[in-house]
Amino acid sequence: MSDNGFQDVGLGWLEGSGVHSDIVLSTRVRLARNLQGHAFAARVRDGEREEILDLVRAAVQETALSGGAGYELSATPILGRRLLHERHLISRELAGLAGDTPPLGSGLFMDPQGGVGVMVNEEDHLRLQVILSGLRLHDAFHRVDELDEELGVQLPFAYHQEYGYLTSCPTNVGTGLRASILIHLPGLVLTKEIGKVLQGIGQVGLTFRGLYGEGSEVVGNFFQISNQTTLGKSEEDLVEHLQKIVGRVIQYEMGAREILMRDAPTVIEDKIWRAYGLLRYARSLSFDEVMNLLSGVRLGMSMNLLSGLRVYTLNKLMIFARDAHLEQAAGRPLREAESDLHRAAYVRRVLATEGDVSADAVDAQDDRETS
Amino acid sequence: MQCESCGERDASIHYTQIEKNEMQTLHLCEQCAAEKGLQPGVHAGSFPLTDFLAQMGRSGPEAPSSGPCAFCGLTLDDFKKSGRLGCSHCYVTFDAHLGGLLRRLHGGTQHVGKVYLPPDPSRAEQQERLAGLRRKLDRAVQSEDFERAAQIRDLIRTMEGAA
Repeated sequence: MSDNGFQDVGLGWLEGSGVHSDIVLSTRVRLARNLQGHAFAARVRDGEREEILDLVRAAVQETALSGGAGYELSATPILGRRLLHERHLISRELAGLAGDTPPLGSGLFMDPQGGVGVMVNEEDHLRLQVILSGLRLHDAFHRVDELDEELGVQLPFAYHQEYGYLTSCPTNVGTGLRASILIHLPGLVLTKEIGKVLQGIGQVGLTFRGLYGEGSEVVGNFFQISNQTTLGKSEEDLVEHLQKIVGRVIQYEMGAREILMRDAPTVIEDKIWRAYGLLRYARSLSFDEVMNLLSGVRLGMSMNLLSGLRVYTLNKLMIFARDAHLEQAAGRPLREAESDLHRAAYVRRVLATEGDVSADAVDAQDDRETS
Repeated sequence: MQCESCGERDASIHYTQIEKNEMQTLHLCEQCAAEKGLQPGVHAGSFPLTDFLAQMGRSGPEAPSSGPCAFCGLTLDDFKKSGRLGCSHCYVTFDAHLGGLLRRLHGGTQHVGKVYLPPDPSRAEQQERLAGLRRKLDRAVQSEDFERAAQIRDLIRTMEGAA
């Protein structure tokens, strides 16, 4: 496998392009596939995982992933695996962050641009995935679908006339498709409407979770919304359904923001400027604190209360202010307290160079307050 | 809350549907929901898989084969504990147990998505795949995604040419 740095791999989705990218950070679609003739992860024999990785590695060379990055995770240093996990490219299990190093045969292949990739020997033999910036569900599905076509003509996938693509867990069988969007909903959280919205999501065949997937907690008002069922509907229908509901959720969020600005504009502006001030000048910040403050700043940017900030800058801070990315920048391991100092210094530096909010916004606010 | 249909019993099923972009919630009692063909659980937000698994095999005395799977050796008990199947053959071995489970999880058992064509396909598989691609083409045309429609049409032509 080629030796790769980690500099820019898989970071295209930070760019802040795409529809509603101030509210929807990213769109992800993944397809679960298994190889015919090999047992699934739970019953796989010694040596079989490496065989599967070899088969996928060879097949990948004939696809759009050829010439991209490849990682054999059992041979990748822990820092590299942590970086890939912080970038949402591999699961916690595949990164071996639960304690053990990843078992032999665990792999990741990414296309040269880093948007499309395949995880190998996770819960399913292959997990084809794509992550794009903003709300681009159809685009994301089409890209991963193309990779599926390219891999499917070379690798015999486990497929059943009635049940479709066969997966390790029956919750993924059929299309094997999980489409999810990462969405920022501070308005609904502040107006305490979020519970109702999430309940509604649950009633229309969708599910939600925190920032880093299953079991992860909700920080910074970021939620992942995805389809719950995978069988009995076509890929296009699953994607379209999610698209529709996400559109509704965005409308609710915008409505909540209007209510906040109508009923408590000074409270909201104060919250946003305090968040900006802390990020801009604090000397020690935990990651959760950064995420919660970034939520305030993102809201301010999205509502045009803070100008001169780009979505890209805020997205970048969410990833590069994480522990492994700070350690990579420092060139050495960091203790927790040290990490918080490095994090604050990094955030200050980024905001000073690309996040200096314009004086106009400050003046406009001052005028209103004093008039 | 009372059932919106009979107005007598307590509503215990809250079914939200979206039609023409309008979200509508029906509050029904179990009996009225069943009459309307709304199965409780099918559209619920969370599926505690282990609860479903625990109920498996309670269906009656003529409980079908519980393995172990001839290919990978997985037993029904293994599956109930882990919630993970061992290989593609498990879907055949435990078929009688899986149908109900899949219906509860997904609301149906028939895959209607992509039709997979293995690397060395039989003639029948090719025909099925072509039919799937034509459905896909129709959907692309309907949604006016002509760039994608052209790609699919090329794929169909290539397949027809090779057949």
